[in-house]
Amino acid sequence: MVEHAPVLLMVVPLLAAVFCALLGLRWKALCLPLTIIGFIAALYFSVITFLQVSASSDHQVIYFLGGWNASEFPRGVGIEYRVDLLNGMLLIVIAAVALLAAIFSKQFVSMETPGKEPQYYALFLLLAVGLMGMTITADAFNLYVLLEVSSLTSYALIAMGSRRASVAAFQYLIMGTIGASFYLLGVGYLYIKTGSLNMQGIHDILIGEGLLESPAVYVAFLLIFVGVWIKLAFFPLSTWLPNAYSRAPTATGCIIAPLMTKVSVYIMLRIMLTVFGPEYVYDELSWSGPMVWIAVVAIIAGSILALGQKDLRRMLSYLIIAEVGYMVGGAWLLAPGGMARGESLYSTATGLVGTGYHIISDAAMTLCLFLAVGAMIVKAGSSRIEDMKGLFRKCPVTMACFVVGALAMIGVPPTCGFFSKWYLISGAFEAGRWEFAAALIISSLVNAVLFFRIIEFAYFGKLPEVDDAHGHHQRHDEGGMEENPPSMLVPLVLASVALIAIGLFNKEIAGYLSQFLNTVAMGGQG
Amino acid sequence: MEEFIQSRFNYWIYVILMMIGLWGMISKNNLIKKLIGMSIFQTAIILFYVSVAVKSETANIPILPHHGHDYSPKIAFAHAVSDDHENGGHDDHAGHQAHPVGPKIPDPDGYANPLPHVLMLTAIVVGVATLGLALAITQKIYREYGTLEEDQLLEKVRADDHG
Amino acid sequence: MEIYSIKPLLAFLAPLLGLVFINLLRKKPNWREGATFVAAFTQCGIVFSMLPDALAGNYHVFTFLEILPDVHIRLRADPMGMIFAMVASTLWIVTTLYGIGYMRGLKEHAQTRFFSFFAVSLGATIGVAFAANLFTLYLFYEMLSLATFPLVTHHQDRDARGGGRTYLTYLLGTSVAFALPAIIFIYAKTGSAVDFLSPEVLGAQIDPVMGGILLLMLVFGFAKSGLMPFHSWLPGAMVAPTPVSALLHAVAVVKVGVFCVIRVYTGVFDQDLLQSLDIGVIVTYFAAFTVLISSLIALSQDNLKRRLAFSTIGQLGYITVGVSMLSSGALSGVESPQAMTGSILHIAMHACGKITLFFCAGAIFVASGCKYISQLDGIGRRMPFTMIAFLIGALSVIGLPPTGGVISKWFLIMGALEAKYLFVMVILLTSSFLNIIYLLPIAVRAFFIPKNEGAFHGSVKEAPWQCVVPLCVTAVLSVLLFFFSGPLLELCSSSADFLKPR
Repeated sequence: MVEHAPVLLMVVPLLAAVFCALLGLRWKALCLPLTIIGFIAALYFSVITFLQVSASSDHQVIYFLGGWNASEFPRGVGIEYRVDLLNGMLLIVIAAVALLAAIFSKQFVSMETPGKEPQYYALFLLLAVGLMGMTITADAFNLYVLLEVSSLTSYALIAMGSRRASVAAFQYLIMGTIGASFYLLGVGYLYIKTGSLNMQGIHDILIGEGLLESPAVYVAFLLIFVGVWIKLAFFPLSTWLPNAYSRAPTATGCIIAPLMTKVSVYIMLRIMLTVFGPEYVYDELSWSGPMVWIAVVAIIAGSILALGQKDLRRMLSYLIIAEVGYMVGGAWLLAPGGMARGESLYSTATGLVGTGYHIISDAAMTLCLFLAVGAMIVKAGSSRIEDMKGLFRKCPVTMACFVVGALAMIGVPPTCGFFSKWYLISGAFEAGRWEFAAALIISSLVNAVLFFRIIEFAYFGKLPEVDDAHGHHQRHDEGGMEENPPSMLVPLVLASVALIAIGLFNKEIAGYLSQFLNTVAMGGQG
Repeated sequence: MEEFIQSRFNYWIYVILMMIGLWGMISKNNLIKKLIGMSIFQTAIILFYVSVAVKSETANIPILPHHGHDYSPKIAFAHAVSDDHENGGHDDHAGHQAHPVGPKIPDPDGYANPLPHVLMLTAIVVGVATLGLALAITQKIYREYGTLEEDQLLEKVRADDHG
Repeated sequence: MEIYSIKPLLAFLAPLLGLVFINLLRKKPNWREGATFVAAFTQCGIVFSMLPDALAGNYHVFTFLEILPDVHIRLRADPMGMIFAMVASTLWIVTTLYGIGYMRGLKEHAQTRFFSFFAVSLGATIGVAFAANLFTLYLFYEMLSLATFPLVTHHQDRDARGGGRTYLTYLLGTSVAFALPAIIFIYAKTGSAVDFLSPEVLGAQIDPVMGGILLLMLVFGFAKSGLMPFHSWLPGAMVAPTPVSALLHAVAVVKVGVFCVIRVYTGVFDQDLLQSLDIGVIVTYFAAFTVLISSLIALSQDNLKRRLAFSTIGQLGYITVGVSMLSSGALSGVESPQAMTGSILHIAMHACGKITLFFCAGAIFVASGCKYISQLDGIGRRMPFTMIAFLIGALSVIGLPPTGGVISKWFLIMGALEAKYLFVMVILLTSSFLNIIYLLPIAVRAFFIPKNEGAFHGSVKEAPWQCVVPLCVTAVLSVLLFFFSGPLLELCSSSADFLKPR
């Protein structure tokens, strides 16, 4: 059983999805427990897998689906699942986020999409399966299929919301299909050139056959990158994101927002580091200059657009665009020519470590904030920022978690947001990219303004107009505490604790990431 | 020049189809027309992949004639895949001798590469699923808003936002 | 010598443990305040128990964990940190008593929250005092900014919102925009979070131009020091209840600011690097300007607490001026610069004087509801203890004998001569003169202008004893510091020794 953990972590939720769809038709109450069991199993198996990875000597676990193993067949014939330190951690994050979002969804699904529990939870499970599959697979075409699995389910999940949501879902579908198709085309070009679909196999052939200067490889990279760019919602191809995320049903937003863009960033890293390899991406292409500048623009634009929003979830959606800028910028910080100069990826890539770390910490932060905002909207009865008045009194635990999430976004120690900024900014200094460091600082400041505005509304409540004689304000008791039910509070509190835990264990996580980069720098074979 | 275009004419067609599809998806106002564009776009990619599988004029469809009981599909597959990036595979026979399989393995050059076809089967399934989902969403939109024209839709959505 | 000991950690944790009990006992106010007292006495006891060792040159060190590669969260009770920790923890006890009188006297709401965040703030203050490296310092600095926000905005009204906004904008804005990038840059350059015992690490890595920029970023990044033009948060913070203004915005928070600046000058930059920076004198100019301008602004304030706030900005300027003179070339090779001693001493001296003044302002408000200086005519006869304490506090802040303030000012002025910064001496003397003009008349009016008797509603008398006792204690402390300044001076000069180039 243990040796099959890499595939079980997908198969169990997949089966749960099937059972959800079938049994749910008869017994609706079974859906949520099935979902939660599926995700607990996924979490368990992903932790097992990660432990295997960190215990193995070359820090990776390879699993061949259906026994098409590399000893009997050339690499690339069978579908290979390969877990290393980077995606091992991400798998745990995905399973954990999905689990918390599923628990949280209890109130919302019956409220927002009544009577559709079987469909909803089946899609919910499939979405997580797709995301985990994208993360774990080492096969470029398999990645496309799983990308579509996760995308299609997310379109459907978004479209299940209000009537505005279906329009947003349609726009998202068009953009997402263009992105995925570009990716597929790019993979086709790589296949023409290398005859392999295995990521490591493609890389080995590219290097071994000296294909790095081939124009077809360039076209392949371009197409794949544009495809991923759309999926990333990296500026300026990010217009679909705010509508889709802010109009989705609450529980949908809680799983899509933390995971979708983050897994896409992971895909980008995987494409850059494993498929094409740092030699190609940093030395041959030398795109670092413009890419970091676009990231700077993305960060600033995301932050400024977020400032203009009156709707809480919309504001968070724009912040996601800024956060994507953090990660893409961090990944491209490495100066061109570094590989050729013999610098090891391990010692000079604090920016890459920052990107990897931020994938994890941003998933946790976004989860915490979307959960908190979902809970706040229930209490406030509206998603407008100015309707958040007096929430501290009404639901102090929810608000405390929101404050933790806000502090993480601002980057206050010891939350994880601080450390991801720390790594990214020191990466920027290392690479001499002052503009990127400046953009990160500005984004921190804007986040401070954004979140303290909300905290202010929630903390001060309705301001009394008249002073009494002593200069003291008459204070009416604005109603007692009406805290949210445990099904909302438990995931929320866990998410906010995770923010601090990820922060405190940043050294370990960064250590794993450097270890991963070290493996990449040595040719990916460990 | 003419030859250049002719020899790769299926690739040219794919590029043209793709552009048509992309244009439809982006610039058409009607949601159904957008979806037609999407289908064209996806079909273009299928054409591209299938073109990749072509080897030469004489290569046949990849259906193996029925051989005896000692035929090993594992190794035959291994050959087909490892050869197709070696341009023509002139040293096939040398490769054959290296494997202790015997003469019953068919010559990979005689068959089109099956892998892209298999991939495209999956892609077609994905395309159908996408189209189905898109049509479902379109239906929902039409039921809710009574129109499928994008500009009118966006106006109504904006009205929702303010209301 | 360093002693590995858990005491610095305990001093930080005592208030946080107190926080737990304060919240557990929230239904019983007397027990709740008892918890605060226990925490305060525990903290103070732990801090003072390290004093003999600190005087003997043995520093207690505690290392938490390696939070980033080669960056440890580390606490160390060195002489300079000891002075600050002693001042803060002693005055916390006094302020707690005062806070009880004040909060109950005015029947304030949310007292549990008030005492909780007060405890957290004191924990963070001790954290800053004992921080052994730049990263730890920043960590507790931010913790303090955030922990004091609910205190500043305690009233939760319109003014509080405005004040709180200014407060956070300035404090968080400057620290994130200036201090944090500088710290990360230093980390990227040196691979460590500069331990304050080894400033030469940085000196070896950067050139003077970059060093100058870093110095400015750090000095202005720690805006709690009230250096102009980032000073407006302090008057803004005066919307807080008076115990907060007294302990936090005359002692803990603002002193954390100047303390950080001192650490930057002594623990991050070594003397050779400092004297190679042409830019160093800019800080001196800014600080001198702050001293002068804030005194002038204070003159025009009628709101008593605002006047005191601007006076605080000026006095903080003294401390910054003192340390910033370390970059003067005239000081190269000087064993323990007098300006340095003066600066550290002024942290303690000003703390006692200024907290007395704020206590008095609060006591007047509790007793009479008066916020403005023009309402105070003749109040001295009604509240003699309070106003006499006010007079003593004022003398100490001005720097007249027999109060502690005179000693630190003496060292500062001698330091200016030593560093050959004559303009600094002129400004310090001018400012002392201005101090007299804006502080003494308040006491004079209170005692000698009787005409406003009828303005008080009938029965204005002294504030509750919980308010009066603390302000008498701090006033007496200000005087005692003049007569028994020996141990403090010893500690100061040993911290100045501790800072000299090795």
